[in-house]
Amino acid sequence: MITVFERPKSMTTTRTHYCPGCTHGIIHRLVAEVIDELGVQEETIGVSPVGCSVLAYNYFDFDMHQAAHGRAPAVATGIKRVHPDKVVFTYQGDGDLASIGAAEIVHAAARSEKITTIFVNNAIYGMTGGQMAPTTLVGQESMTSPKGRDANTQGYPIRVAEMLATLEGASYVARVSVHNPQEVAKAKKAIKTAFEYQLAGKGFALVEVLSTCPTNWGYTPKEACKWLEENMIPYYPLGVKKTREEVQG
Amino acid sequence: MAKVLMKGNEALGEAAIRAGCRYFFGYPITPQNELPHYLAKRMPEVGGVFLQAESEVAAINMVYGAAGAGARVMTSSSGPGISLKVEGMTYIAGAELPCVIVNMQRGGPGLGSIQPAQSDYFQAVKGGGHGDYKLIVLAPATIQEMVDLMGKAFDLADEYRNPVMILGDGILGQMMEAVEFPEEEAPAKLPEKPWATTGAKGRKSNLINSLYLEAKALEDHNHHLQAKYNSMAKETLSESYKTEDAEIVLVGYGSSARIAKAAVDQARNLGIKAGLFRPITLFPFPKKELQEACKNAKNVLTVEMSMGQLVEDIRYNLEFKVPVHFYGRAGGMIPTTRAVLEEVKRLAEGGGKA
Repeated sequence: MITVFERPKSMTTTRTHYCPGCTHGIIHRLVAEVIDELGVQEETIGVSPVGCSVLAYNYFDFDMHQAAHGRAPAVATGIKRVHPDKVVFTYQGDGDLASIGAAEIVHAAARSEKITTIFVNNAIYGMTGGQMAPTTLVGQESMTSPKGRDANTQGYPIRVAEMLATLEGASYVARVSVHNPQEVAKAKKAIKTAFEYQLAGKGFALVEVLSTCPTNWGYTPKEACKWLEENMIPYYPLGVKKTREEVQG
Repeated sequence: MAKVLMKGNEALGEAAIRAGCRYFFGYPITPQNELPHYLAKRMPEVGGVFLQAESEVAAINMVYGAAGAGARVMTSSSGPGISLKVEGMTYIAGAELPCVIVNMQRGGPGLGSIQPAQSDYFQAVKGGGHGDYKLIVLAPATIQEMVDLMGKAFDLADEYRNPVMILGDGILGQMMEAVEFPEEEAPAKLPEKPWATTGAKGRKSNLINSLYLEAKALEDHNHHLQAKYNSMAKETLSESYKTEDAEIVLVGYGSSARIAKAAVDQARNLGIKAGLFRPITLFPFPKKELQEACKNAKNVLTVEMSMGQLVEDIRYNLEFKVPVHFYGRAGGMIPTTRAVLEEVKRLAEGGGKA
């Protein structure tokens, strides 16, 4: 018998709490597969955020540290400085990383901290019940922008990947999506590259992953994937925003 | 080792190195800057890490990460910066991690001043942030004592898996005194930390966490924490000075206690039976020692650089059996020995109200 599909070793058997159609599960799996393929499960220390993925420590099977809201890059910095030979990553959502944790991610990138960040952007606060996020699109409805985000009073969504790519210390920055199988495959490649950067000691790497939130967007899972493609990708273009080679220029 | 003349903040930095601390994360704020300045030079010499964070919030969260990863780690700040660190401190206490936090107190509230004060007492000894938690709080009165307590701070932190605060003030941070340092702690003597995030090689995965979504589990965790805090009672430290026959007992910690001690000596010269009780551990509080020191007291007087914080705990710990008076200066003003002596004389003559 040939095994063609199995649970990554780096995932536990715990059933996730994510809503039906949520893409956190796919992104967790991609991270776990990459950790397995790089053979670093026993070397990895993950930092989980506050938000929907706060319980990521129940699903990843390696050492984990649960951080305060937005502070994962600072916690990861502390861990990495103590264990420079280990693989340290943060897994953060858009409220966590782009709002309350904006300072921490900017300065982790500026220091070129040798960590990897998986940034899940679903343009909304999921865990707290669908409030406007710093990445909520103009016109997008949420519990705190019930008539749609009004640029006049609520400003504009932040393109995190492009913003961080301007920093000298950011070595690898990419934006991917997981709304269809082709994009999932590309997302995995980018996540693997981001971890390879860390293993090579090349400095800070971040992959922004466009993700769906059918529950809080008010769509079916299938509609949510379509909405992501039609609305998020035009504002958040996919692709590699920066590599170390460009840094060395 | 011979004595060296050293500034308090710098001596504290050297003492941390001697205690085996190899990680420091901080953010500039007066009047504690000489501590990070010193460690910025010294840490690389011993293969340690000095990192200037983007904020106090980030610094304490770096401490959170490093402590979880098993390191002897510390941060330092003053008033406004400590307020920002409080978020991380409650997580560190909740996740039961060891670390040392230095607060060189300055005047408040708000941006306050950069002058010495003791108005962060409540914040330090009552926890400071959300949730039921305690810091172990050590209050040195001399630079030598600050140095001596540094090793103890790390040891207590490791033993109880709890954050420890060294509560100093701008005077202790800025002044110079002759100090003698202990020999450097051998790394081999540092305790094992099998719970730390070191990579799950040949063992089950470790988790550093303060989240308990099930109410019963969180209540159990709180019971566990309270039992731990209660067990710290055996760690109390204090100094009783001329209290055996004292009818007026002055109580103060840190710099204020030194001023009060001088007032005690002057009062004795006037024939007033005065003494001093100085708590060195502010949490756990040396209640029995305080009661013993005040056994003959007709009046107790707390001397503080605040508007009256320690005084509340003294009244509480003396169970309201003795009149407890307060004398304090605030905002960076320092009590003078003469002013404290006047208060003592007034009490000796039967004046004052509780």
